[in-house]
Amino acid sequence: MLRIVLTRLFDAIPTVLLVLTLVFVSLRLLPGDPALVALGDQATAEQLELFREQTGLNAPIWEQYLTFLRDAVTLDFGTSLITGQPVLDTIARNLPYTLELTFVAVLLGALMGIPFGIFAAVRKNKLPDQSMRVFTLIGYAIPDFYLGALLLLFFGLNLGLFPVIGGGEGFLDRLHHVALPALTLAFVKIAFIGRLTRTALLEVLSKEYVRTARAKGAPERDVLLKHAMRNAMLPVTTGLGLSILATLSGSVAIELVFNRPGLGEMLMSAIAQRDYPMIQGGVIVFALFVVVVNTLVDIGYQIVDPRLRKAA
Amino acid sequence: MSSIDANPALSLSRSRTDMLRKTLLSRPSTVFAVVVIGIFTVVALFAPWIAPYDPLAQSFFKVNQYPSWEHWLGTDQFGRDVLSRIIHGSQNSLLFGVMAPTIAMVVGTTLGVVSGYFGGMVDRLVTRVIDMLLSFPELLFAIIVAAALGGGFWSVLLVMTVVFIPGFARVARSATLAVRQEPYIEAAVAMGIRTPLIIIRHVVPNMFASTMLMMTLWIASAIRLEATLSFLGIGTRPPEASWGNIIRDGLTNIFGSPWAIIGAGFSITLVVLAFNIIGDALRDAMDPESAE
Repeated sequence: MLRIVLTRLFDAIPTVLLVLTLVFVSLRLLPGDPALVALGDQATAEQLELFREQTGLNAPIWEQYLTFLRDAVTLDFGTSLITGQPVLDTIARNLPYTLELTFVAVLLGALMGIPFGIFAAVRKNKLPDQSMRVFTLIGYAIPDFYLGALLLLFFGLNLGLFPVIGGGEGFLDRLHHVALPALTLAFVKIAFIGRLTRTALLEVLSKEYVRTARAKGAPERDVLLKHAMRNAMLPVTTGLGLSILATLSGSVAIELVFNRPGLGEMLMSAIAQRDYPMIQGGVIVFALFVVVVNTLVDIGYQIVDPRLRKAA
Repeated sequence: MSSIDANPALSLSRSRTDMLRKTLLSRPSTVFAVVVIGIFTVVALFAPWIAPYDPLAQSFFKVNQYPSWEHWLGTDQFGRDVLSRIIHGSQNSLLFGVMAPTIAMVVGTTLGVVSGYFGGMVDRLVTRVIDMLLSFPELLFAIIVAAALGGGFWSVLLVMTVVFIPGFARVARSATLAVRQEPYIEAAVAMGIRTPLIIIRHVVPNMFASTMLMMTLWIASAIRLEATLSFLGIGTRPPEASWGNIIRDGLTNIFGSPWAIIGAGFSITLVVLAFNIIGDALRDAMDPESAE
C-alpha cells in the first residue's frame, strides 16, 4: 500500500514541474512588462524600477525561474500589493469556502445523480429514461454561471429564500449560503453521474451472474442493489473523481455569481486589481490542487479495485 | 458521367455528403439544431445591419428599461440596447468558437500524427506532456493561463487554442498508430513513396471522420469557454460585447434589469445545445454501437 502511494506521489513530480513551468512562461516570458502590467500605465519609471527590484525581475531569467520554483514548492508567495498581507494567509482564509462548495456540490450530484441513473436504467426508454435524456442535453448546454444567475434571481432575489452575498458564519448559516451555489454546480453533475450510472448498470444487468441471481429467486431489489450496483459502481466512482476537478473549475465563476469568498473570487479580484503576487499564488494553488486531487483519486482507485494494482 | 462514377475518391465523398445530409435532416432535433446554427450564423455575419441600435451607444435617459416594442430586451445600466449587444456579441462567440478548435485541430493533429508515425523518444515525450495537460480540466487550464495573460482578443485565442490542442493530438496519435499497422502503409513504404506523402495521402484521410466529430463537440465547448472567460473578466474586454461579459455586466446590475442576463444566457444555451445535438447525431451515425 505504502509503495503505491509513494509511486503515485513520485509520478506527480514531473506534472508539477511542467505546470509550474507553464505558469512561469505565461507570467514572465510572453510580451509585456510584468512591472507595467502590475502597476499600470500611470506608473513612473522609479516605481517600475523599485517594483522590479522588490520582485526580483532584474535577475537573469534562469535565476528567476529557480526562485519561482523554490517559492512555489515552499508555498512562499510573498505579500499582496493591495493589502500588504502574506498571500498564503489570504489563500488559507479563502480555501475552506472553495472546498466546502466543491464538496457539497459533488455530494449533491452523487446523491441525486445515482438514483436518477438507476431509475433511468430500470425503466429504459420509458419516461424516467427520456427525462434523463432531456435533462442531460440541457445540463451540458447551459453554462453554470448562467444557471447560477437564474437561481440567484429567482430564489435569492424574487423569493428571498436564500442569501445572495457572502459565505456565512456558523454551520447552519454556512449551509444556507452554500445551498444555491452548490445546487448550481451539482446540476451538470446530476446529468453526468446519472448517465454514467445508467450506462454502467445497463451493462452489468446483461451479465450472466445477474441472470443467475434472478434464476435462483433473489428478490429484484437485491439483484439490483446488491449484485448489479456493486459492480456498476466502479465507473461511477471514476466519474465522481473526475467531477471533483470539474466542479472546482466551475466554482471560480459560481463564487463570482453568488459573491462568495473563495479561491476563485480571490484570483479574479487579484487580476482586476493587478495584484501580481496574489495572481501568481492563486494560479499555483489551483495547479497544485489539480495534481493533488488527481494523485489522490489515482491512489483511491487502486485501493477500491485491486485489479488496477497489478497493471500499475 | 461514367468517369465520375469510376473515380473512387469522388464517389466516396459523395456518399459522405449523403450520409451527412441524412444524419442532419432525419430527426426533428437535428433539423432544429441546423436551423438554430443557421440563424445565429446569419445574425453574426450581418450583425451591424440586423442590430436595431449601436451596441455601444449609451443614453442616460434610457437606463434599465424593461422590454418594450422599442427595445425588445430592454436596456442596460448605461442605456445601451440589450438586443443589439447580444446580436453583436454573437460575433465573438462564433468567431472564437470556430477559430480556436480549427487552429487547435491543425496543430494538434500534426503533433499527434508526427508523434504516432515516427514513435521513439519524441513520441514518449509528446505523449507524456499531453497526458499531463489532459489531467487538467479544460476550464481550469484556461483560467490558469488566461489569468497570467490578462484577457483581450489574442490572449483568448491563444488560451483556447492551447487548451484544445492536447485532445486533438491524442486522437490523431491513436488513429495514426492504428493506421500504421495496415498493410497498405507497408506497401507504400515498400514502393518507396516518400514519408510526407504517405502521411498526407494515407494516414490523414483515415482520421478525417473522427476529427470532424470532435470539431462539432469542441465548437460547443469553445463557445462555452469563451463565454466563461469573458464572464470572469479574462476574455473579451468591455465595452466590446460578448455573451459572457454581457452577463457579467448584467450581474452587477441585477437590481436594475435582469433581461441582459436572461437574453445572453439563453443565446449561449441555445447555440451550445444545437452543436451538441449535431455532434451526438454524427457520433451515432459513425459509430452505431455507441447509440443505445
